[in-house]
Amino acid sequence: MIFSYYPGCTLKTKAKDLDIYARLSAQALGITLDELPEWQCCGAVYPMAKDEIATKLSSVRSLISAKEQGNDLITLCSACHNVMKQVNNDMQSDVVIAEKINNYLQPGVPYHGETRVIHYLEMLRDKVGFDVLAQKVKNPFTGRKIAAYYGCVLLRPASVMQMDDPENPVIMENFIRAIGGEPVIYPYRNECCGGYVTLENNELVGKNSVKVLASAEQNGAEMILTACPLCLYNLDKNNADHKVPVIYFTELLAEALGVKNEGEKENAGN
Amino acid sequence: MQAIRSNLTEQVLRTSGVNVRKCMRCGKCSGSCPSYDEMDYHPHQFVYMVEKGDIDALMQSSYRCLSCMACVERCPRGVAPASLIEAIRLMVVRQQGQNHLKADQIPALLDKNLPQQAIVSAFRKYSK
Amino acid sequence: MQKIGVFVCHCGTNIAGTVDVTAVAEALKSEPGVVISTDYPYMCSESGQNIIINAIREHNLTGAVICSCSPRMHEVTFRKTATAAGLNPYMLEIANIREQCSWIHKDMPTATAKAIVLGKAAIAKVNLNVPLIAGESPVTKRALVIGGGIAGIQTALDIAEAGFEVDIVEKSPTIGGKMAQMDKTFPTLDCAACILTPKMVEAAQHENIKIYSYSEVAEVKGFVGNFTVKIKKKARYVKENICTGCGACMEKCPQKKVSNEFNLGMNNRSAIYIPFAQAVPKVATIDPDYCTMLKSGKCGICAKVCTANAIDYTQQDEYIEEKYGAIVAATGYNPISLENYDEFAYSQSRDVVTSLEYERILNAAGPTDGKLVRPSDGIHPHTIVFIQCVGSRDTSGCGKQYCSKVCCMYTAKHAMLTREKYPDTDVYVFYIDVRTPGKNFDEFYRRAVEDYDVHYIKGMVGKVAPDANGKLMVQASDLISNEQLHITADMVVLATAIEPDKSARSLATMLTASMDTNDFFTEAHAKLRPVESPTAGIFLSGMCQGPKDIPETVSQAGAAAVKVIGLLAKNKLTCNPCVAHSDEQLCNGCSSCEKVCPYGAITYIDKEFKRPDRTIAVRRVASVNAAVCQGCGACTVTCPSGAMDLDGFSNRQIMAEVDAICR
Repeated sequence: MIFSYYPGCTLKTKAKDLDIYARLSAQALGITLDELPEWQCCGAVYPMAKDEIATKLSSVRSLISAKEQGNDLITLCSACHNVMKQVNNDMQSDVVIAEKINNYLQPGVPYHGETRVIHYLEMLRDKVGFDVLAQKVKNPFTGRKIAAYYGCVLLRPASVMQMDDPENPVIMENFIRAIGGEPVIYPYRNECCGGYVTLENNELVGKNSVKVLASAEQNGAEMILTACPLCLYNLDKNNADHKVPVIYFTELLAEALGVKNEGEKENAGN
Repeated sequence: MQAIRSNLTEQVLRTSGVNVRKCMRCGKCSGSCPSYDEMDYHPHQFVYMVEKGDIDALMQSSYRCLSCMACVERCPRGVAPASLIEAIRLMVVRQQGQNHLKADQIPALLDKNLPQQAIVSAFRKYSK
Repeated sequence: MQKIGVFVCHCGTNIAGTVDVTAVAEALKSEPGVVISTDYPYMCSESGQNIIINAIREHNLTGAVICSCSPRMHEVTFRKTATAAGLNPYMLEIANIREQCSWIHKDMPTATAKAIVLGKAAIAKVNLNVPLIAGESPVTKRALVIGGGIAGIQTALDIAEAGFEVDIVEKSPTIGGKMAQMDKTFPTLDCAACILTPKMVEAAQHENIKIYSYSEVAEVKGFVGNFTVKIKKKARYVKENICTGCGACMEKCPQKKVSNEFNLGMNNRSAIYIPFAQAVPKVATIDPDYCTMLKSGKCGICAKVCTANAIDYTQQDEYIEEKYGAIVAATGYNPISLENYDEFAYSQSRDVVTSLEYERILNAAGPTDGKLVRPSDGIHPHTIVFIQCVGSRDTSGCGKQYCSKVCCMYTAKHAMLTREKYPDTDVYVFYIDVRTPGKNFDEFYRRAVEDYDVHYIKGMVGKVAPDANGKLMVQASDLISNEQLHITADMVVLATAIEPDKSARSLATMLTASMDTNDFFTEAHAKLRPVESPTAGIFLSGMCQGPKDIPETVSQAGAAAVKVIGLLAKNKLTCNPCVAHSDEQLCNGCSSCEKVCPYGAITYIDKEFKRPDRTIAVRRVASVNAAVCQGCGACTVTCPSGAMDLDGFSNRQIMAEVDAICR
């Protein structure tokens, strides 16, 4: 199975792990992630204003590129995923925005949201299947208590993201089960870590992140999985009193599939 | 003054695409907001203040929204307070010289682990 | 040639505001057959009707056209007017220039031109009308009530008291419905079972009432006054007329891990069970999904211990056919599923419960014997948070758009009952509005606030987070003090929206009764005919028609009963004479019409015809039962030879209308 792949800027710099392990795992599962030939930073947050299009253009360019390749588009970073899916939804349902963007970009064929954007986890769930994944696991995380941290943008707004129930999601817990672990459910797994406000107000980020970490720890988590580099950064920064390591889910996936070593080599080379 | 005020309201409604009349004053948005205590005005208030035309006060204080979408997701009427506050913030930063975050502030805020994502999204939200 | 009178109604400004009624009357004066054409503000009023009557008599009119509101409003009224004037009521046509003209157009010239065209079509039709005599059909003097909750029981009792036979069909093993699950009822705080069970017993003992419990309606045929209903009596595996309700079988049944639906899954029951101690009928039922004997052939303990020998593992579903003159829908409601509201942690903690579950907890016959304890660990709660409007007033698509009406009152009730019994327990209620419109309702809720110290907070809960110690962290907004509150609660009660029972939609199809998009049965007129369905012979009682509390339910039940009695008291019903008939000379016996008739009104008979040479030919021709035919016209359209036609709506008449419009 071939998918177009949009890594996003952070995965090429501060969050290389998320990217490398994802690609190695995909390879091990027989999936080809075909990085888009040309892409720009998506902007990292979805611009909600109805009267500007400049901030949506780069996303639309990537979506059109994927359409031209004829594939579904996979993203990894929760933030990129949220931006892509929401912009794509605009191109499908907001006539004014779609018209303005098509007029500006002048693609060969007007784009109306034809590309399907999915998250790597959705690919694992719907295209590979968690049961198939479980069979390919070489190093299961048996007996390990693992908590999933969704953060806020991966699931919301549910009407557009359509990935899982925003208040009681199961996709990452099912992933954890597939790699042999025991998922830990805790109530703050879908609440915001603080996001970009980390640049302005560390206190707020501290409050929110500590709530997440404390809740996960209280419920017995040994480690926390995430798909968002900013979440990982915020939680890590505030981890002093909690010592629950926060890891990218692709790192655990790679370890489970037995391809982590190659990733470490690649990382060292970088 | 009245004319200017209603102009601002119209601008906010147009930029955000929100129908403030749908709000039934339930307060679930404020009940869900993770930044509630850091804000001067809270989600349920922004909706009411926009309806009343009280935009100036909001323009002074719109930087604590995390765009986490909790209020959007949970509102039983589909009002989207987050879109409103973003529209108001945009009305400020779109003015010349009114960026909340400037490029020369960044070096002081960097640390070796800070992901690009954080800088880009902060700029997206706070500057033009 | 006919002598037709045209009467154009202003309907106040409803029509005259958009249509120039005087111009319409003027224009129609020159239509073929018209001898008088006039207009008047309210044709349906007594003076308006008198104008029609006088005109008919004065000008010896043979036909009349009323340009007015929809025939659904006043066709009956004007037909009566015609009869009073000595004119056959079917020589009268209505041109709908309100719903089909003035109410949908804004521009006067356009609307007026359209009104004139509609008038012309009606005149063209009346020119071809022939007088019709309505037939009569008998009325079966029995009523069927579908649903055995308080609404169904009350309706049945009222009909039975008037001397008519009533059958109640209830799908669960006992009648009583939701009210049987309640503890106390507002605004008087009567014990629900104490006021309900006497009615249940009365229904069981009344000589005119027959209860089909554990039964469902499988098929409905016929029409008002003449329904034929097939009832499916589900197999209980217990002989109903022998079982004494002693309960020995329940005690000895080894399969004790079946989720008890009466207690909403908060405790278990056995595979053979009586739902609750005051069940009517007090007869055991075996749950075939859990009975070891029925599933694997091993066990049979209940049969051994039953001293009355009432167990019968071989029992089958039974189908019974009965005839009724009127049917009442009283199918009730259920709380909605909370899968879209997991911000309140309903699926994450056993201590987050719905209001109906809380009602069972408070009830002395409930899963905790009436002791208020947390379902998770049996510890007494010291702080309880009630959340209103969970799933109601929600236009985002997750829940119901309407207000469920009963929740503000029952939450005040729960709050007061809790505070009265357990003064050490703190109670918070988060509300959007408090709706207490009934008699003594607002005083009831104020007692909760002022006498019982319930903390009513205007605001809404954003999230309930169960922590690792079993407490529930409630994060909510207080809109009046502009604060975000963080309350550590021991229990959270969700006032869940109600929705009509899921069986209602398929029942509506069987009854051909209208239903709205929320699955509530639609009434014939929201204000003036609230207990009748637009489908003749079907009546509505209780929550199935819309959210309502017990006082309203009982009132409505009585109203529905009165309408039923009004129908059953008649010996004959006037039929619709606009029925199909087949021209035997043209009919070729193809059976297309028989296949397409939704009412089963057409059969084929062999008839003798004389050929020109005096020999006899036997041909198969269609025969329409005028009493059953509803005049839908499907056969008329299907008939390939044009033999089938509809009295009052003949093919010629319809073509004449089209010609008039195209002129």
